[in-house]
Amino acid sequence: MAVNTLRKGKGHGEGRLSAESGPLFQEHPVGSPVRGAAARQSSRGPGHSFPRGRAQALGASLSVQRVPGEHQPKLPLIPLGSGSKAQPCLAFSLQIFINNEWHDAVSKKTFPTINPATGEVICQVAEGDKADVDKAVQAAKAAFQLGSPWRRMDASHRGKLLNRLADLIERDRAYLAALETLDNGKPYAISYLVDLDMVVKCLRYFAGWSDKFHGKTIPLDGDFFCYTRHEPVGVCGQIIPWNFPLLMQAWKLGPALATGNVVVMKVAEQTPLSALYVANLIKEAGFPPGVVNIIPGYGPTAGAAISSHMDIDKVAFTGSTEVGHLIQKAAAESNLKRVTLELGGKSPNIIMSDADMDWAVDQAHFALFFNQGQCCCAGSRTYVQEDVYNEFVERSVEKAKARVVGNPFDFKTEQGPQVDEEQFKKILGYISTGQREGAKLLCGGNPAADRGYFIQPTVFGDVQDSMTIAREEIFGPVMQILKFKTIEEVIERANDSKYGLAAAVFTKDLDKANFVSQSLRAGTVWINCYDVFGAQAPFGGYKASGNGRELGEYGLEAYVEVKNVTIKIPQKNS
Amino acid sequence: MKKQGSDGNPAPVMPALPEPLKDLKIKYTKIFINNEWHDSISGKKFPVFNPATEEKICEVEEGDKADVDEAVKAARKAFELGSTWRTMDASERGRLLNKLADLVERDRLILATMETVDGGKLFSTAYLMDLGACIKTLRYCAGWADKIHGRTVPMDGNFFTFTRHEPIGVCGQIIPWNFPLVMLIWKIAPALCCGNTVVVKPAEQTPLSALYMGSLIKEAGFPPGVVNIVPGFGPTAGAAISHHMDIDKVAFTGSTEVGKLIKEAAGKSNLKRVTLELGGKSPNIIFADADLDAAVEFAHIGLFYHQGQCCIAGSRIFVEEPIYDEFVRRSIERAKKYTLGDPLKPGVQQGPQIDKEQFKKILELIESGKKEGAKLECGGGPWGDKGYFIQPTVFSNVTDDMRIAKEEIFGPVQQIMKFKTVDEVIKRANNTTYGLAAAVFTKDIDKALTFAAALQAGTVWVNCYSALSAQCPFGGFKMSGNGREMGEYGLHEYTEVKTVTIKIPQKNS
Repeated sequence: MAVNTLRKGKGHGEGRLSAESGPLFQEHPVGSPVRGAAARQSSRGPGHSFPRGRAQALGASLSVQRVPGEHQPKLPLIPLGSGSKAQPCLAFSLQIFINNEWHDAVSKKTFPTINPATGEVICQVAEGDKADVDKAVQAAKAAFQLGSPWRRMDASHRGKLLNRLADLIERDRAYLAALETLDNGKPYAISYLVDLDMVVKCLRYFAGWSDKFHGKTIPLDGDFFCYTRHEPVGVCGQIIPWNFPLLMQAWKLGPALATGNVVVMKVAEQTPLSALYVANLIKEAGFPPGVVNIIPGYGPTAGAAISSHMDIDKVAFTGSTEVGHLIQKAAAESNLKRVTLELGGKSPNIIMSDADMDWAVDQAHFALFFNQGQCCCAGSRTYVQEDVYNEFVERSVEKAKARVVGNPFDFKTEQGPQVDEEQFKKILGYISTGQREGAKLLCGGNPAADRGYFIQPTVFGDVQDSMTIAREEIFGPVMQILKFKTIEEVIERANDSKYGLAAAVFTKDLDKANFVSQSLRAGTVWINCYDVFGAQAPFGGYKASGNGRELGEYGLEAYVEVKNVTIKIPQKNS
Repeated sequence: MKKQGSDGNPAPVMPALPEPLKDLKIKYTKIFINNEWHDSISGKKFPVFNPATEEKICEVEEGDKADVDEAVKAARKAFELGSTWRTMDASERGRLLNKLADLVERDRLILATMETVDGGKLFSTAYLMDLGACIKTLRYCAGWADKIHGRTVPMDGNFFTFTRHEPIGVCGQIIPWNFPLVMLIWKIAPALCCGNTVVVKPAEQTPLSALYMGSLIKEAGFPPGVVNIVPGFGPTAGAAISHHMDIDKVAFTGSTEVGKLIKEAAGKSNLKRVTLELGGKSPNIIFADADLDAAVEFAHIGLFYHQGQCCIAGSRIFVEEPIYDEFVRRSIERAKKYTLGDPLKPGVQQGPQIDKEQFKKILELIESGKKEGAKLECGGGPWGDKGYFIQPTVFSNVTDDMRIAKEEIFGPVQQIMKFKTVDEVIKRANNTTYGLAAAVFTKDIDKALTFAAALQAGTVWVNCYSALSAQCPFGGFKMSGNGREMGEYGLHEYTEVKTVTIKIPQKNS
């Protein structure tokens, strides 16, 4: 497996990543032509050494608080190689992965995947459609037959394979992080320290569950012996989004494989590369053919084929609420397949006046701007209590202005581009709507570079609950700050949303913390923190934010059918 | 319907059996405290013997009360609030246990050879079975580390209540000699995955593999003081553990006789928590409708495995009248097939008993069997001119009142009894102070499930014997022990449940 085939060329004063299809990425030199606040920030000069610490702090607040005894990985150099000539970029197959083999699309079609930092094509990828989904389902069904190697495998061995996959991802961690950054635009430091860390931990976590998800024996009335078996559901269609391509893949594969299912996965058309690389690792880890099948393609074609497939037993989708509706409908109209959905959010983040203000400003900023604002759980309605409102707004603006936007491969960069042109335009549209509807634009509001899909960190004050930017998911670096007076009022306003994915409250008061956390209608409530994720803790939405939960022991429930077995016996004894 | 293990099962087949190490070096013979090696405070050492040759292998530092005190101090320090071990992520404890499994896998050949030389265990058994079980158990417990969930509790009133599953603290663990490594892992893996610190005393007959593990524990990266290993004798080091005022829990595997002493010591000292895995006299019930070939083989292995030195040994075989004579005939035939000898040599099927004391005790019980009227069908005496070997021995016409039907022999001596009815055999099977394991062989679903419910034993096997695995809880009814090891149940023995109740202004569902 070549890991160094991405080439980084040195041009005239600028670094250049090159690929078969042409220049891939233009590095912004120091003090680069990035417009807006971030550019000013990055030209401040010395005293601004690369914030490995910062990246780690982000990682720390995301996944691990602080782990004594654990060796923190060092951020390695970006494994893109060097040289002056354009070189083929991706030395792994960009085809459809079925039965542990690589296939062209039945239609022979391909589609381009774009580097969002430049808007240029990275490479062409096979475009899966209904015919390819059918092939993948056939392979998955064969792998799931009674008596197959996968069905007869010890549960602990399924765990061993998942652990092996985690080992391989760890081995190729730097390459995968670079690939993720190239295709998605997220800063490399984040890809490496946050995404990859969470991917490995997620797989190891579910590896452990494989032989621990117990059925029960049940004291049924009468002369019977009664027990339950937790059996895999069968062929699971999994449709994953582009905002955390690798992590969402791990969230989907971990529980499905730990419980013994087979998978047909469609990866997002914006970010297919890392998932295809992982397909190689799945094969290398030793999963039997047909257990995992991966199809790059589009939602209306490949995605629709999965959700309406008569031979897929379950579909899991992470993405927009709009598409979530379509998936649920397709399931209903086809074979009533089981459906789990992780959808959009408009998550309230409530700052009480007694909160630690430094920390609250810091976390509210992180809650919204992390991953270019492209998080379903983004804290996109920041409710601040009246008496601290002005100070909070002022400091939030200051923080947003200091955010470093730029080349995601630059270690200094905190914010890369949005994932594609569609998102880029949609976000700018929301920003105009916000201004039109009377919100106060306090900073940002424009594109942040001449090319690529960069948007300035943007903060709106005086936002009212009725405004579009306070009701709809923007999925970009646009923060809304709202004012409130009483705790009762803010709970009502916070819950007045069709969404219910996440919420947070910042306060030092134990009673307020408990009261608010019980009152919020959201699948996750953070107290004095935000975006704290771990494979151990379940995640999912109330209301239109989704159905079901992922991660934790709860996350396994969606991937098993419970079979009750009752046996007549001559005489029951306690 | 294909049978388990036929072609096409991708689960790991047993690894190929290598040759035992020719030049096994014993590197670790000292007391392991705080990730360092120490001489005994008394300056005493004790010899360790190879039971196949009666030759001395080496001398090991002899831990006593003073050394246990040092180990407890180290363990207590490692367990302090704010320590590296206490503030570590649970998933990181799991990672360390997985790392330890990797190291055991790496040094599998060394450890298996050591187990054979020190414990008289067949090399093939040590390498394939014991080491396999060690690795799987470590990985199993590694997975649990971050899955031991407390609960939130819907308490009446305006309260928010949750439970925390906290480690108990310093755990004393006393290990037997019959499965030195497996029993060590069964003890330390659940204790560590729950976040405890441990002071381990390996058996004086077989301390070598445990000490070697000390080096791997350090290499894996466990913080100093988390695992401490004190080789020594029961009445000195063992008693110091069970009486210690600063040990929070003691876990013991061994004889029922010593189990009583341990529980008494815990009661007399600080009411430390006690779990015990003790002796057994496990019934194995064979019905006439059973698959006779399978029943004979399982009954044979269920008794003769590891020279009969298993607490779960199926040492009372109840055979239904119509097939009794045939069953006895085939069992004798099976027992006579044995090749005894050096457990390092390929082809050898039975090694020596662990030591002279056991050797004598077994021969004495064989004599009592003869005297009390059981029919000696084969074996019955020592084998060879050195080492503690005993011929595979089968008694028929055994009755329930004989000593060989009541006492744990812990040697290669099989007792076969006759029964007529279901009710009768249930009563007889349960008529013992022990309750560790039991088995029934039948093709009849009603009989199988009747016995599964009726037998007073912590483990009941149907149409199999000795099927143990890290996922399954194991432990005894009655005087075979207190508590369970392994499975999720095994974790309960290593956690304290703390209920936290917080007054809140208003409760909502």
